[in-house]
Amino acid sequence: MKKKVLSALLASAMVASMMAGCNNGGTNPAPSSSAGQPAQSGTAVNNDAAEGKVLNIQVWNEEFASRLTNHYPGYEPNDANNPTAGGKIGDVTVNFIVTANQNNAYQNQLDAVLPGNASLDADKKTDIFLVEADYALKYVDASANVAMPLSELGISDADLSKQYQYTKDIVTDANGAIRGASWQACSAGLIYNRAAAKEVLGTDDPAKVQEFVKDWDTFNATAAKLGEKGYLVEASVNDSFRVYSNNVTSPWVKDGKLTIDNNIMKWVDDSKVLYDAKYTTTDPLWDGDTWKGGFYPAGKVFAYFGPAWFFNFSMGADQAGSIANQGGWGLTTGPQGFFWGGTWICAAQGTDNPTLVKDIILTMTTDNAVMKEIAQQDSDCVNNKEVLKELAADASGNLAILGGQNPYEMLAKGAELVDMSKISAYDQGCNESFQTVFKDYFEGKQTKDEALAAFKKAVKEKYPELTVD
Amino acid sequence: MADQTNMNINNRKSAGAHMRARRTVCYIVLVLVSIMCLFWFYVLLINATRSHGDLTTKGFTAVPSGYLIQNLNSLFHSSQPVLRGMVNSILVSGLTAALCVYFSAMTAYALHAYDFALKNFLFTFILAIMMIPTQVTALGFLQLIRGMKLEDNFIPLVIPAIASPVVFFYMKQYMESALPLALLEAARIDGAGEIRIFNSIVIPLMKPALAVQAIFSFVSSWNNYFTPQLILHENNKKTLPILIANLRSADFLKFDMGQVYAMIAFSIFPVIVVYLILSKYIVSGVALGGVKG
Amino acid sequence: MSKVKRGKVVRYNRWGYIFLIPFMVTFIIFQLIPLCTTIYNSFFENYMSGLKQVGPTFIGLENYKTLITEGDLGKYFTNTLIVWLIGFVPQIILSLLLGAWFSDPSLRLKGQRFFKTVIYLPNLIMASAFSMLFFTLFSDGGPINSMLVQAGILSEPFKFFSSISATRILIGFMNFVMWFGNTTILLMAGMMGIDPSLFEAAEVDGATPRQIFWKITLPLLRPILVYVLITSLIGGLQMFDVPQILTNGEGSPVRSSMTLIMYLNKHLYSKNYGMAGALSVYLFILTGILSFIVFKLTGPQKEKKEKK
Repeated sequence: MKKKVLSALLASAMVASMMAGCNNGGTNPAPSSSAGQPAQSGTAVNNDAAEGKVLNIQVWNEEFASRLTNHYPGYEPNDANNPTAGGKIGDVTVNFIVTANQNNAYQNQLDAVLPGNASLDADKKTDIFLVEADYALKYVDASANVAMPLSELGISDADLSKQYQYTKDIVTDANGAIRGASWQACSAGLIYNRAAAKEVLGTDDPAKVQEFVKDWDTFNATAAKLGEKGYLVEASVNDSFRVYSNNVTSPWVKDGKLTIDNNIMKWVDDSKVLYDAKYTTTDPLWDGDTWKGGFYPAGKVFAYFGPAWFFNFSMGADQAGSIANQGGWGLTTGPQGFFWGGTWICAAQGTDNPTLVKDIILTMTTDNAVMKEIAQQDSDCVNNKEVLKELAADASGNLAILGGQNPYEMLAKGAELVDMSKISAYDQGCNESFQTVFKDYFEGKQTKDEALAAFKKAVKEKYPELTVD
Repeated sequence: MADQTNMNINNRKSAGAHMRARRTVCYIVLVLVSIMCLFWFYVLLINATRSHGDLTTKGFTAVPSGYLIQNLNSLFHSSQPVLRGMVNSILVSGLTAALCVYFSAMTAYALHAYDFALKNFLFTFILAIMMIPTQVTALGFLQLIRGMKLEDNFIPLVIPAIASPVVFFYMKQYMESALPLALLEAARIDGAGEIRIFNSIVIPLMKPALAVQAIFSFVSSWNNYFTPQLILHENNKKTLPILIANLRSADFLKFDMGQVYAMIAFSIFPVIVVYLILSKYIVSGVALGGVKG
Repeated sequence: MSKVKRGKVVRYNRWGYIFLIPFMVTFIIFQLIPLCTTIYNSFFENYMSGLKQVGPTFIGLENYKTLITEGDLGKYFTNTLIVWLIGFVPQIILSLLLGAWFSDPSLRLKGQRFFKTVIYLPNLIMASAFSMLFFTLFSDGGPINSMLVQAGILSEPFKFFSSISATRILIGFMNFVMWFGNTTILLMAGMMGIDPSLFEAAEVDGATPRQIFWKITLPLLRPILVYVLITSLIGGLQMFDVPQILTNGEGSPVRSSMTLIMYLNKHLYSKNYGMAGALSVYLFILTGILSFIVFKLTGPQKEKKEKK
């Protein structure tokens, strides 16, 4: 009897997996295959015989995999529903090695594979890896030398001329060599709830709303107005953190010494006032209840801070009843300009597919046609001045989520202004620790001095080489 | 004489009432405890049937919603090879459990049935090993595995189970009550070899203990996240807990709570089924061991 | 005759060593060597700065000193013990109670199999999944809070994860729920191993169930209790998954729920092999001392030797 149950279970599991397999085959969406086939002959990546037959790509999520699947000419996915299952470009097999970000696992993975990459077997070599802004400096460092300078691949500065300067600055090493490229420009702004703006401020026009949030003092005064009507000015103090921390006068770490910038301390003081007055919360981003709740009218949140990818993907536009779904958001510059996120493609030192890697970087980050396609299909704010200009010029850039507002001119302007000179390789760790210890301060669990001491201790744990006092 | 009988009967009567009261208390406590245990699974199953929007806006509801199939469907079509992960988990946990109980019994048997110079020393030694927290050696372990080029391989997850001091200790305790040395002596007189004695006499006698510990080690291996995440990087090698963590952290672009719950339900459901099938065997096995003692 | 027997015994006893080979070989390769590397590492300044290796430079006991002077080691040890006790005390009480009931033949409880099956069930759920579940249930706007507010018990949601005691109690409670079934099964196995004629004799002598429990069951249960206590203590010192996920690795608020292993994990995060090594050695010593105390207090070894 038990055996029967067990075998029945196994059988049904097998049937289920077979059906899943069939489904994949059956529902293979036509566009991706038709886009793939004809281009394949034209691709003609001059993949001479000397180059490897396997392209290994280190990623932390499926974003790049799906971009490559959907937009790289000649890419044949193994499973159209699952981009990270890999695929083929010509006769080269593409593998994605996915390591989640959590607990630093992705960086650990890169640290483990990249330094010894050149000495691995050809098929095991990492050819491409992706990095985020917060830790990009660590991997484009000249002395670490794990990312190839793009010039060594044969990519010239002229090739990258349409990209925004900040996206190049961030991956430029001390010697001036560019070691990565991004298809995204992530300048960001203040995303406000139009209904709330109308109710409390009397207008939902971006330019007029901007007057109420044009600097932090005005922003905080507006918070009180919103508070009277039961609105939170921002869902969480962590929302504005990036804005303050993007506008510092010195990086977290300079010459091996930790510095706590005045603008960061201003965030602490401003946020403490807002929190104590109950104009905001200490919710974590992404999974906080208030934070997520604000995507719906009942959450009564006035504004979020974010770039294009944020309002396109993170605000529940596909959920019935959400503000995004009803096109109820507006975008304006906010108290200070800032940028958030972005993904850079780096060529791993020691790759055995330099020609293909070069072509992928060029196609994905400089090709106007491909990038316009990305902008329109995936609503990414692409790292291409010409394409953004086209989008800003006509209705093709109007977004339903923003009630038809066209954000591209503002985003393009913001991208020009992003200043990358204040970043350090330690940003991710410092930002995380700082927000953690000051949450306890806001909630009254420790004093400001205790929080500062705890922060220094936490930084010392993460980065023993730094002096913190 | 008659008096005594009378007293006995009276005693029994009041004892009977007393017993009923005690039994009632027992049942009440047991039911409460059961609720405490089952509530979480109930919440999990309910939430696995709800949509992301529902989960983020409506808090908790007591009745299931209709999104289970949809959640599972999006789970199977996500970037996570969940079915493959399940096969991997079954493989790793099954092998771990088998190796663990067999060799722990063997080790316990070595110290139980034989007398040799280092016996007491070795016993204390193994107990001392038990004190080493696994995480303490994680650093050296990882360096070793890298050196042996065994990353992305199940061997470093399965083989170390052979040396499980905790399971060994349980086996040793069990043998003391359930394995009379005279029995072994008798088998030897019948001319059985030592290996055969172990395999065909000791192992069957140890079945209840083996079953209990097999379940324990299967489950702990099934749920183990710490070691596998250090060793497995290829998507097709990953076990379920790594996939769960991925689902949770990786992709806020596609962050879907319904799918997260469906994934958790999907990964604990098989354990529960296997457990339910084996539980009778375990419970009666424990009783069997009791009779022997 | 006796000579022959002794010769035979000696020949058999060689098998003791042979049967120990798999354990020993595995142990040496996968535990002893890593342990030695870990200890060896603890005497060096050795970490990664970005992708650059700093060290290894021999610095003697410097790492050990730093951990004591700068590292709040005592605080995390206390946290760990407190959280462990919160989980363990109710666990052992409930397990003894349930074990006694289940193994008491005179009670004749019905549905035993069902209850036994149910109480072990929480142990099957992944610690990571379980703590995620608790995190959502007890979050500020989660179902527990909305129930309490709706019932009028609270006027506004209680922030469980901003309260030191609530966070500790939740972690302790989760450990309790996950492990009491396991403990009950072990204790029950021990209780059932007790000769039933002892109970019968006691009953005939008119002993109450309570007397039977304290005078017969508990003393005879000692070896298995020691086993439970030690494994639980060691498990408690290794507590990681639950608080790590519940507090997102920060032991918040103000690191009041940061356990020793979470602290170790912080050093592993920064690939500070020297510091992680020294912390591991401290953990090793702590575990050893605690287990030694438990052994001494309960003293099963002595009895055993006396018996022999």
